[in-house]
Amino acid sequence: MSLLRTRSSTIASPAKAGAQLGPSLRWGRGKGLAVALVLGLLLANPATADSGLPPAALANTQLRDPALEAKAQALMVTLRCVVCQGQSIADSDADLAGDMRAMVRQRILAGESPAAIRRWMVERYGDYVTYDPPFSAVTAPLWIAPILLLAVGGWLARGSFKRRRRG
Amino acid sequence: MKRGLLWLPFVAFALLFGVVAYGLRSPADRLIHSKMVGKELPAFSLPAIIKTKPGLDSAQFKQGKPRLLNIFASWCIPCIAEAPQLMRLKAMGVPIDAIAIRDTAPALQGFLSRNGDPYERIGDDKISQVQLSLGSSGVPETFVIDGQGRIVDQHIGEIREEDIPALLAALQGKK
Repeated sequence: MSLLRTRSSTIASPAKAGAQLGPSLRWGRGKGLAVALVLGLLLANPATADSGLPPAALANTQLRDPALEAKAQALMVTLRCVVCQGQSIADSDADLAGDMRAMVRQRILAGESPAAIRRWMVERYGDYVTYDPPFSAVTAPLWIAPILLLAVGGWLARGSFKRRRRG
Repeated sequence: MKRGLLWLPFVAFALLFGVVAYGLRSPADRLIHSKMVGKELPAFSLPAIIKTKPGLDSAQFKQGKPRLLNIFASWCIPCIAEAPQLMRLKAMGVPIDAIAIRDTAPALQGFLSRNGDPYERIGDDKISQVQLSLGSSGVPETFVIDGQGRIVDQHIGEIREEDIPALLAALQGKK
């Protein structure tokens, strides 16, 4: 909110100053406005969706035990970031992805199995959160379609071969 | 048989047209809905973030009266947009608690003095762990919790004026 306020005031004030100087300085007024606009754009902070707080302890720090870290890493590349749809939490720079990595490492360190952590996530976010989706009514076409298409292709091929032999 | 086959391309086109028209009329839902709706609120206990407000414990949602649980942050722009609606809900007598995500006391104090303070308690979730346990994927989100500590509804994004009736209905157990 404060950011928006400062931005509009830097743009509005030169216009006021120009108005006081009168019409003879119109060109200068326009230039001043342009400079103010550029300055305003340079000074204004982008409205980011990030908190600015430092990342959680284990978000960007590997576990000391390489075996445990490998386990955590393998899980993290198959968990989907819930903010930046289309990236795994291992790939994402989003705050929440960092917090998810911290949670995964913490739980692996505490001895929890990767499968249990994945189950915990799926319980909360659904299959959406896993890049290793289970076979279900929704995912069935993905698995069955290639087999079905192959069968159709085989049937078509058989028909055309038969015809050729006869002719 | 031959006559019927003549219509096949047209039927295929009509099917495709139907699929595209349906997709245009109702675009895919890209929101990530929490699977915790309908389940018990996970147990948590969060410390206070500002001195003037107590922290938040999941046990406080089992005292018989339905409450709103608002997930917000001072750095979140849509949270400013929904603040007047939360103040309206408070004025209607709806008890509202909050979890502040990745926030600091001075920033939060500033946010509350600028946008109003509808909250009874605010828990401090610096590393989003309780947010994750709720299946929440961003700020702001609002959960409706019934008097027995069960999550009845989740509102994703800022609360607008037109969302108030649905929230009130959920609070009264009509959802």
